[in-house]
Amino acid sequence: MSRPIRVLVAKPGLDGHDRGAKVIARALRDAGMEVIYTGLRQTPEMIVNAALQEDVQVIGLSILSGAHNAIVPRVIELLRQNDMEDVKLIVGGIVPDEDAALLKKQGVAAVFQPGASLDAIVGFIRGAVPA
Amino acid sequence: MKAAERQFTTISGVPIEPVYGPDDLRAVDAAREIGEPGEFPYTRGIHRDMYRGKMWTMRQFSGFATPEETNQRYHYLLAQGQTGLSVAFDLPTLMGYDADHAMSEGEVGKCGAPVSSLEDMEILFRGIPLGEVTVSMTINSPAPVLWAMYLAVAEQQGVDWARLSGTLQNDILKEYIAQKEYIFPPRPSMRLVTDTIEFGAQHTPRFNPVSISGYHIREAGSTAVQELAFTLRDGIEYVDWALQRGLAIDDFAPRLSFFFNAHSDFFEEIAKYRAARKIWAHTMRERYGAKSERSLKLRFHAQTAGCSLTWQQPYNNVVRTALQAMAAVLGGAQSLHTNSLDEAYALPGEHAVTLALRTQQVLAYETGVTNAADPLGGSYFLEKLTLETEDSANHYIRRIDDMGGMITAIEAGFPQSEIANASYRYQREIESGERTIVGVNRFQSDDAPIDLLQIDETAGRRQIAKLAALRTRRDNSKVTSSLDALKRAAEGTGNTMPLLMDAVRAYATLGEICDALRGVFGTYTETTHL
Repeated sequence: MSRPIRVLVAKPGLDGHDRGAKVIARALRDAGMEVIYTGLRQTPEMIVNAALQEDVQVIGLSILSGAHNAIVPRVIELLRQNDMEDVKLIVGGIVPDEDAALLKKQGVAAVFQPGASLDAIVGFIRGAVPA
Repeated sequence: MKAAERQFTTISGVPIEPVYGPDDLRAVDAAREIGEPGEFPYTRGIHRDMYRGKMWTMRQFSGFATPEETNQRYHYLLAQGQTGLSVAFDLPTLMGYDADHAMSEGEVGKCGAPVSSLEDMEILFRGIPLGEVTVSMTINSPAPVLWAMYLAVAEQQGVDWARLSGTLQNDILKEYIAQKEYIFPPRPSMRLVTDTIEFGAQHTPRFNPVSISGYHIREAGSTAVQELAFTLRDGIEYVDWALQRGLAIDDFAPRLSFFFNAHSDFFEEIAKYRAARKIWAHTMRERYGAKSERSLKLRFHAQTAGCSLTWQQPYNNVVRTALQAMAAVLGGAQSLHTNSLDEAYALPGEHAVTLALRTQQVLAYETGVTNAADPLGGSYFLEKLTLETEDSANHYIRRIDDMGGMITAIEAGFPQSEIANASYRYQREIESGERTIVGVNRFQSDDAPIDLLQIDETAGRRQIAKLAALRTRRDNSKVTSSLDALKRAAEGTGNTMPLLMDAVRAYATLGEICDALRGVFGTYTETTHL
C-alpha cells in the first residue's frame, strides 16, 4: 500500500475563524490522508518550517481576512528558499477572482472559494500529489 | 424519497412532527410557562407594548480602511435613518497590536477600522454627539482599553458619562469557545471583564459593559441549542465573577446584554429567543435572588447569520437576510444588524449596506409584524419548540455546572469540540445533499459579478505614518509613567480602569498598553481540538 498523502493545514495571520480549517482537516483525514493542523496565528516562517519538519506534500492555507496578498507570496518565497517547490500550496477562503488568478500565477496550485465542496478539495489533492 | 422515510428536522437537527395541536401543550401550565408579554418569565417579550412602545434599534456593524473613512460611513448611515452605531475594529486592533506591529502587516483596515490610539478614536467619532447616539463596540480582549478611549472622547465632547448609552461586546469567554481572538489567559481576562462591569456600575449607568454573545458560537458551526446554552452559561460565569468582586446582583445585572444569531430556520430561531428570556429570568431570580425586574429581563441584539450567506448567486442573500431578520423581530430583539448581500466576498459596499438597512425599514414600517407583541405566541408548534429548546439548553447548562463552570469546560475543550462536531455534521449534510443550499448544491446557475468594496492598500501606510507622528509629538515620559502605574495595578487586585484612562489620555497606544498587560498576565495559546 502506498504511503498516505501528508497535508499541513495552516491558519496564517491574525484571524481566528477556524471553522473552515477544522472542517477541511477532518474531511482530509476521513479521506485517508495524514493531516497536521498548525493552530492559529502562524507566520509564513512557522508554516514553512512546520511543513519541512512534517515532510508534507501539501500545504493548505485558510485565509478569510483579506490578508492573502501579503501572506501567500511570502510563503511561496520561503518554499523556494528551502527547495520545497514540489510541495503543493493550496489556498482556501475569501479570495476574490482577480486575486485568485494572481496567486495561481505566482505558484499556488489551487484556490478554493466559499461553497467549494469537500469532495472537490479531496479530489484535487489526490490528483495533484503523485502516488 | 418517500415522506415516511425522510427525516424532518430543524437546521440544528431537532426532529419535527408533521403537525402540532392542543395535545402538545395539554400538560403545560400556560400562565407559568408562557405568561404574558412584559411579565415573568418574559417568554413572550420584555415589554407589554413591545415595538409600539419602542422600535428596535437599527444598528449596522461597520468599520473599514481608516478611522477617517469609517467616520464618513457613520455619517452616511445616520443620514439614511440608522438609529445607532456599531463599530467594527480591524484584526490588529482586536488582537491588541498597533498598525505598525509586524503581525499587523496586510491586515490594517481590512476587516474593520484600525484604532491604535486615542487620536484614532477621536477621528472615528468626529462630529458624532456621543450623548445622543448609542454606540456598540465589537471589541473583546482589549475591550477595557478601547472603552477607556471612548470614555476619553466623551470627556472631550463635554458629555457626562452618566448620559452615555451603548454596548461593549467584551465577552472573552466566547472568544476561547468560538471566535479565538484572545490575548491573555482566561482568568486574568475575566478579571479585566469584571473590572469593566464594576467600573460601569459606578460610572456609566446606561452603558452595557458586556454583550454576552452567541452569535460567534453559531457562526463557528454550533446548533441553535448550543448557541443558547453556551451563551447563557457564559452569562452565569460573568455574574459569578462580579458577585465574587463584591457587587450586588441588582447593581450590575440590569446592564448585562446579549447578542444572538438569526439563522435560517425560522421557528427554531424564534423559539431560541423566547427560551433565552425564560431561562435567564429564572436563573436571575432563582439562582441569584435578583429582585429588580430589570435584572430578570434579557435584552438582546441580533445579527443575521453571516455563515448562511453564499458566494454563489449573491442576490439570494438579500432574501435570506430578510427572512432571518423577521425571525429576530418576531422573537423580540431590541436591536438588529442585517447583513449585506456582498458579505460572502468582502466588507459591504455602500449600495449593499443601504439595501440591508432598507430591509429593516420595510420590516418595521410595512409588514405589520410590529403591531402586536409576540404575534406567534400560542402557536402549538412554536410553544412546543420553545419548551424543548429550553429543556435541551438547561441540560447543557447543568453539564457545564457539573464540570465546575465555563472556564474549566473551556480548558477541557468541551464547548469547542461540541461545536466542531456540529459544524462537521452540517457540512457533511450539505455535501450529501441532505440539506439544500439554494444556488450551492441545488438550483445552480452562473452568477453575474457584483461590485465589491475595495480597501485602499494605502490605508495601512497612512495609519503607520499617523502613529509615527503621534509617538514623537506626545509627552513620552507621561506615557512611560502611566504604563508603569498600569502594570502595578495589574499585578495587584484593584480595578485597572482608572489606570487605563490615564494611559489613553497620555496617548499611550493600544499596543503599548496591551504589551504592559501581556508582561503581567502572559498570553494564551489554545490546545486545538479537531
